[in-house]
This record gives sequence, structure tokens and C-alpha cells, in this order.
Amino acid sequence: MDKYISVPLSDEDARSLRAGDYVYLTGTIYTARDAAHKRMQETLEAGGKLPVDMKNNVIYYMGPSPAREGRPIGSAGPTTASRMDKYAPALLDLGLKGMIGKGKRSQAVKDAIVRNGAVYFAAVGGAGALLSKAIVKSEVIAYDDLGTEAIRRLEVENFPVIVVNDCQGNDLYETAIRAYNREG
Amino acid sequence: MRTIDVSEITKNIKEMCIEANHFLSEDMEKVLDRAAEQEESPLGRQILEQLQENRKIAGEDMIPICQDTGMAVIFLEAGQEVHFVGGDLEAAVNEGVRQGYQEGFLRKSVVKDPIQRENTGDNTPAVLHCRIVPGDQVKITVAPKGFGSENMSRVFMLKPADGIEGVKNAILTAVKDAGPNACPPMVVGVGIGGTFEKCALMAKHALTRPVDQRSETPYVREMEEELLAKINASGIGPGGLGGSVTALAVNIETYPTHIAGLPVAVNICCHVNRHSTREL
Repeated sequence: MDKYISVPLSDEDARSLRAGDYVYLTGTIYTARDAAHKRMQETLEAGGKLPVDMKNNVIYYMGPSPAREGRPIGSAGPTTASRMDKYAPALLDLGLKGMIGKGKRSQAVKDAIVRNGAVYFAAVGGAGALLSKAIVKSEVIAYDDLGTEAIRRLEVENFPVIVVNDCQGNDLYETAIRAYNREG
Repeated sequence: MRTIDVSEITKNIKEMCIEANHFLSEDMEKVLDRAAEQEESPLGRQILEQLQENRKIAGEDMIPICQDTGMAVIFLEAGQEVHFVGGDLEAAVNEGVRQGYQEGFLRKSVVKDPIQRENTGDNTPAVLHCRIVPGDQVKITVAPKGFGSENMSRVFMLKPADGIEGVKNAILTAVKDAGPNACPPMVVGVGIGGTFEKCALMAKHALTRPVDQRSETPYVREMEEELLAKINASGIGPGGLGGSVTALAVNIETYPTHIAGLPVAVNICCHVNRHSTREL
């Protein structure tokens, strides 16, 4: 079912989403991938403050290609989420409500999604040119030295994603693949 | 003896890095268009249609097809009658990559050291595979490789007793484990035989063969067709969200091997299977 949702993601909206929902996100999200997650983890371990308050926010696992002149961003599709599995549960426990990436999550992440009433969305991998058209503004807000891996604040308009893991523990990758399996 | 200035190599590699990241080869375009018609799942069809729209935008607005513009893998076949002048050939190749990734607004995804992980800032060095061949031509293939699918690739050192069934099982295992992570529909490059490193190199090279061209060896061709059907029966589908099109092709290369071994490498590539070839 198609849904139009604003981000940051309210507790209510996050809990209402179900695996298989096709969702258009509008508002503010943040990017972070491998190196930024490692640095955030180190900050938390040292008792420091994260550059972004996790509460009700959505992280997009993405490192863009450079923007051409006059554009907010270059190609901007999702990266493989499982590389962030090691870091995600701690961020979810701090209030992170949504993650956008591609590929399967670990059981620990799925448990943290259920525990915190959060959601994991997939964006279409390898569609970075198309997805860049739903990003209207991009600004590096932390870890500038990490280049493409810096944390960016993105303003998105009707950014298309699909709910994979919801707060009830459903997993679209498992159910959808089973539905089309013809191995008999 | 033919003389080629290495600045020619730099110029061509620069252009090919940009070209490969914005335009897929004709065989890839065709097979992806066909997949959008054949896919059984409505969501799968929608994803394949988005990928068509994505490639259109990439070409028209010069935005890379995928933000992971890859590590530049380069196959260079130099005729033995060619004399390269004007500098170091490998440095000229890397200069082409540096210029291509900078001028083409491509992402710089290479770190200098695998453990210390500081970005080199210009996507160099490339991974260069050179071969000396008869003649006075130079053939260059630039194949930028994204790591979503590279990470799901495998090498299996099977035993001769495992035979053809063991090889098929290894390939199917690698593909199923890759699942949604490798951005299906994927292209599966396979190397069978040789040594540990030779089979991996064949698997990579197999990805540059047109997806509509089957092996000339009858039993290999049969294997390619059988495996493609089996992979597409897995249900993984476009984006891993269920469907009947999981792979676009299985391309297999073989080589003689040792009496004690049966190496198999599976190099998985996403639907953005990029390669650009030129002959100088």
C-alpha cells in the first residue's frame, strides 16, 4: 500500500508501517555509512555527544558521487545495510526510528527494530540517478574529512522506499522471496 | 614495431571511466528491458521500470547510474609488436583513472590501506591485469566494479570428486547467499579450473563477456543455461524483493587445472554491469 510520510519519523508513523508498504518520505534525513558509524560508535564509547540527535531521525546508508554544478547532489542510491549491523542496535536504542539501505539485516538489528518501534526501509539499489531527483538539498554537517562518507543532512521530497522490517518483526525479504520460489 | 605514446592510454582510460559509469553496453540494456517485460512480480516489474528510468536519467543528465562508481578494474592486452613510449605504462593507466574520476564527477571509493583506510582522494590505484598477445594492437577494457556485489563473491577450492554437481552447488550457494545484498538482477561471472588466483581472474573476466553470448563449449553452455534457470527459480527477484528475474546471465570461463584440484570462483555483479572496451 502506498503511504506518504513525513520525516523525522513520529513514533506513531513508525509503528503504523508494515513490511511491503511502498512509502514516499518527505522532510529531513541524515546520511551515514561505514566510517561515520565507526566514528559515532567511538564517540559513544568515549562518553561523547553524537553530531546528530538520533531521536525520531532516519539514517540513509549512502555515500553520494560528487554533485555537478547547479545540482544538490550526485548519484545517491543505498549501500548494503548489513555492514552497519554492528552499530545499528545502539543507535536504535538512542531513539533512531528509521534506516534506509539495501539488503538483509541481522537478527540483533531486527530485534532492536521491534524493541524500539522502528523500521528498516529498502531503496532500490543501483538507482542512484533516479533517487537523486528526490533530494532537493544536501549539506555536510559532520565528519567533513570523510569525503563521501561524511554525515549529510538531506532534504527529501517523496523519496521512494519500501518497508522491509517492521516493528512487528515482519521481514519482506523472507516472505516475498518465498512467494516466488519455484524450486519445489 | 608500432610505437604508442602512453598519453594515448591515459586519454582513452579517462574517457572510458566516464562512459562506463553513465552508459551500459547494448547487450545489458537489451536484457534489462526484456526482464522488465518478463518479470512476474508487480513490485519486481516496478523496480525494473525504475531501473530503466534511472539509466535514462543517467545518460541525459550525466549522473552516474550508481553512486558506487567502483574500483577501476582494467584488462589491458598489448600486442608484442607494440613499444610504449613517453613514460611508465602503469602510471599512465592510473593517471587516466585519476582524470576520469575527477572530471567525470565520479565517486572516490578507494582507500590507501585496507586496515588504516584513508581515502586516496582520486580513486587510484586501478586494479590492472595485463597480457601480452601477438600483433600490434592494444585492447583495453575498463570495468568499474561496485562492492555491494563484490563483497558477495566467493572462491571454493573443491575436490575433483565433487565434480560438476559440486560446481553447480557452489555457484548456487554463492548466488543465494548474495540475495538482496548484491542488487539483483545480477550477472554471475564464474571461473572453473586453473589455480586459486586464476579462477578468480577468470570469474572477473567472464563478467565482461556480452550477456547474450553463451560459451562455445557445449557442456559449459548447458551449465550456463541450467544455472540461470535454477537461479531464477529461487524467487529472490529484482532488488531481492521477490520475483522471477534474479539473474540476467551466467558467464563461465574454464582453464586446465591440477590433478588434485577443482577451483571455482564466483564473481557476482549487480545489474549495473559496467564495461567499456576500445582497441587502439
